[in-house]
Amino acid sequence: MAEATAESTGLKSIAEDWSSDITTFKGVPWGKAMMWIFLLSDTFIFSIFLTSYMTVRATTAEAWPNPSEVFSLTLFGTTVPLLLIAIMTFDLITSSGTMALAVNYGYRRDKKKAVIFMLATAFFGAVFVGMQAFEWTKLIQEGVRPWGNDWGAAQFGSCFFMITGFHGLHVSAGVVYLIIISYRVWRGYYDNTNFEIVEITGLYWHFVDLVWVFIFAFFYLW
Amino acid sequence: MAQAEIPYQEAIPLHDPHSWITKYWFSQDHKVIAVQYGITAVAVGLVALVLSWIMRTQIGFPGAVEWITPDIYYQSVTMHGMIMVIYLLTAFLLGSFGNYLVPLMLGARDMVFPFVNMISYHVYLASVLILMAGYLFPGTLGGPTGAGWTLYPPQAILSGTPGADWGILTMLASLAVFIVAFTMGGLNYITTILQARTRGMTMMRMPLSIWGIGMATVLGLLAFPALFVSAIMMTLDNLIGTSFFMPAINSAFDAGEDYQGGSPLLFQHLFWFFGHPEVYIVALPAFGVVSDLISVHARKNIFGYRLMVWAIVAIGGLSFIVWAHHMYVAGMHPYFGFFFATTTLIIAVPTAIKVYNWTLTLWRANIRFTVPMLFAIAFVLTFVVGGLTGLFLGNVIVDVPLSDTYFVVAHFHMVMGVAPILVIFGGIYHWYPKITGRMLNDTIGRIHFWITFIGTYAIYFPMHFLAIPRRYYEYNVGESAILTQSMDILNQSITITAYIVGIAQFLFIYNLIVSYRRGREAGDNPWEANSLEWRTPQTPPVHGNWGESLPTVHRWAYDYSVPGEEKDFIPQDVPRKAQA
Repeated sequence: MAEATAESTGLKSIAEDWSSDITTFKGVPWGKAMMWIFLLSDTFIFSIFLTSYMTVRATTAEAWPNPSEVFSLTLFGTTVPLLLIAIMTFDLITSSGTMALAVNYGYRRDKKKAVIFMLATAFFGAVFVGMQAFEWTKLIQEGVRPWGNDWGAAQFGSCFFMITGFHGLHVSAGVVYLIIISYRVWRGYYDNTNFEIVEITGLYWHFVDLVWVFIFAFFYLW
Repeated sequence: MAQAEIPYQEAIPLHDPHSWITKYWFSQDHKVIAVQYGITAVAVGLVALVLSWIMRTQIGFPGAVEWITPDIYYQSVTMHGMIMVIYLLTAFLLGSFGNYLVPLMLGARDMVFPFVNMISYHVYLASVLILMAGYLFPGTLGGPTGAGWTLYPPQAILSGTPGADWGILTMLASLAVFIVAFTMGGLNYITTILQARTRGMTMMRMPLSIWGIGMATVLGLLAFPALFVSAIMMTLDNLIGTSFFMPAINSAFDAGEDYQGGSPLLFQHLFWFFGHPEVYIVALPAFGVVSDLISVHARKNIFGYRLMVWAIVAIGGLSFIVWAHHMYVAGMHPYFGFFFATTTLIIAVPTAIKVYNWTLTLWRANIRFTVPMLFAIAFVLTFVVGGLTGLFLGNVIVDVPLSDTYFVVAHFHMVMGVAPILVIFGGIYHWYPKITGRMLNDTIGRIHFWITFIGTYAIYFPMHFLAIPRRYYEYNVGESAILTQSMDILNQSITITAYIVGIAQFLFIYNLIVSYRRGREAGDNPWEANSLEWRTPQTPPVHGNWGESLPTVHRWAYDYSVPGEEKDFIPQDVPRKAQA
């Protein structure tokens, strides 16, 4: 058995740190490690969703509807492509900013501001889900169904509702999660910790935002 | 020397049970959860055993039992396969062995999140109940799905396939729920292994069981998403008429919906992106456990520990880029076959390293032929036989004629059916004394071993030479009769052996039940083993495992027959002698 030696440098010392006893990631709480591993697994779920979408889009014989026409919004008589999506993306990225502030205030033990910014994040998340509901309603009124639509390949609606729906569920779960955690922070459940729970919640939230960036790129820009 | 406090582990109080229900049903103790997983998996495994009798009866004696209709036959094939792979092997090796061994072998008080662990079992139980609910929807096309365990569309959801109405939905729902359960358990195993080891337990001192279980869990967390997503997509195809996997279908099949433009091949890719790592999800814990069994009962350190670890890691990594060797005849681009045949043959290298190391551990060892050791040696033999036929099937040009024949059936039953089950038996015989405090009956154990071992060879060895297509309900129909008389005799002998081997398993269950009360007292360390689970202050270990303080590890788990030492084993928590 190789013993860790003080002289080790470079890659060897990194390997020895990681494989040393008790913890692999020093100073990382259990919950945070577990959230990272969960997000890794969830990354695979979304990657497979998006890969499947690309596969059916590439293999289907019919033409794919033009996203900049389908997702355009007519406002004051002018048709702006991707307007709603731009607002939704902006909203979600803003929520990532408030979440980062909440994490920062959490570590400063400023409970009040941490809770306020977590609730602000939850608010932006709820607004996102609301806009998504509006988008779905509009598309359904225009005749898009999971099993078909008037503009081209049936898989357009199938993929759209499945993937944005699954992402929307993640956002909704995140909103509920944020509200529960901010309530518990407020009630003092975590007073004898470093408030790493705020960061753990933040990890999930930033992940959901990041996934949206990929959905945005692959679905609306392609 | 002052010892650093282990973060979190010693600060957080355990949730002690207050009533019978919280102690034995909604328990947060990893050991109870492990037993719950084990009992459920064995129970559902018995269902799979009976299903295999049903299909063997039809193959060996076609028409002899009237109620075995084509529907019943195909449903039995499907349910047998799915139960064995997912609900027995995966659930037992990770849910049961994983839960029991991870905290005990690492010197932790429990899993890092016992509550999540508890939920994990109950969600698994729900998935089993949903799966069995397939039998609650009888009728002309009712019952569970008969699509084969691979559930290939389009046939899996077209009318004409048994269970196309409800059976396929209960199957897909059950799989999705199982994946949720596995994820909750798996997150716990990984986090515990990474962040909750005791003092002195470095990565390279972990017993190989932990390496195997840990790597298999990583594979599960990354591979099950593919099954989860394809289950969602197929459910949508079936329920609301999307066309992810469904191409346009001739109305003669009465598709019911206007399917168009989907890709059945996509499902096969997704399924096997899960399905091939799944083989190693089952195999890696078996590799790890069998390494420990061989080392303990051969009274010798495991040969090439570091290489064993890296072989596990390499197999885990490679298992993600071999999946399409299950699809050589599916109509992929031929270059795909070239790539996947190459990676498949590369994965044989670390696997062969492991087999050599087991053999070299046995070489000139002081072998104790205990029942666990018999099963461990049987595993190595069976795994070699199954692995060698894998080399044939991994090559495109050999695989094409062998596809969908009994050669394939024999191969995967040997390598990932019988072999891991032998390890499960070996593991139960090995750890039962720790779990209950009593030994299993040795004589019954030996009878069980020899019937199982010889029986499985009598069943699967002839299948290599049967050379008949698989998944046929009946071979000799009128002018299309294709079996010779010798093939009929082989089939009959296989079926009869299957009955005998199946009955022998009830002997094992009888042993489990009777020994719980009447078995010989085991003591703390009946096998004279080194790893930490044998060093608990009580046997069986109580909630919290370690009494006042956690053990401190000073050495690896394989200090057997060290020259110049008084005893032939030195447990992990025995300090090293001062260097001269």
